[in-house]
Amino acid sequence: MALATIAGTQVHVDDEGFLTEYDEWTEGLAQVLAAQIAIELTEPHWKAIHFLREDFKQHGETATIRRITTVGGIPTKDLFTLFPKQPAKKMAYIAGLPKPRGCV
Amino acid sequence: MTTEVAPAPVPKFDQGDVGRRLAIICSKGNLDMAYPGLVLANAALGEGVEVHLFFTFWGFDMITKKTMAHLKFTPLGNTATHMPQGLGGIPGMTAMATNMLRKQIASIGVPDVPEFLDQISASGGHLWACRMSADMMHVGKEDLRDDVEAIINASDFIEMTAGAQLLFI
Repeated sequence: MALATIAGTQVHVDDEGFLTEYDEWTEGLAQVLAAQIAIELTEPHWKAIHFLREDFKQHGETATIRRITTVGGIPTKDLFTLFPKQPAKKMAYIAGLPKPRGCV
Repeated sequence: MTTEVAPAPVPKFDQGDVGRRLAIICSKGNLDMAYPGLVLANAALGEGVEVHLFFTFWGFDMITKKTMAHLKFTPLGNTATHMPQGLGGIPGMTAMATNMLRKQIASIGVPDVPEFLDQISASGGHLWACRMSADMMHVGKEDLRDDVEAIINASDFIEMTAGAQLLFI
């Protein structure tokens, strides 16, 4: 859990660059993180990010694609469009959460 | 005294295994043997891998509308249940074991087979049915899930999966 800077802000990140402190995340930071992986955040992106943040706060785990679809109500197809190729990991990165632990 | 803090690294998304393809042959119709292919297909799709699932022989039960929600599990011949093998043959045992397995799978948030295939389809996975199995079981395209793209023969499959990694289950 090293200290690093993202857009001039000091935060704690893991070896890959994922934020490790839930409370260090801000929406402004999310925009920078998204831009770094070539994603421009629009309203549907925010809906997914906010669901992940809220769900993590309540359950202490990063939601999987299936959970975002069944509990968060965002169709799987849309998630693959919004966060291409690796939606679960990209969403977790932007939301300042660890990668999902579950298999499904 | 101030210490220099380095910029955070950026994860390397989209850079590993560009163009990686995975083909999974599903040949079993037992409930427990349906899951390995589904779990791996789903995981591969989530990593940006192109996935093709080919259903053949008993694996047809996974994509046939009439059977896909009713796959069963039997302890018979499966020593990993650690039950006396004779018990497996008792009437009602298959139904009981199937029920238990279904509950266990649901309890960890994993969907049943039809719903799992819905998710795989929605994630961009391709479903194919085997021509020989269809002919043998007198099953047509209309008997299969709507997201099965086509009934194809073995040569088509071999041609289509050139260069792909292959899993036989």
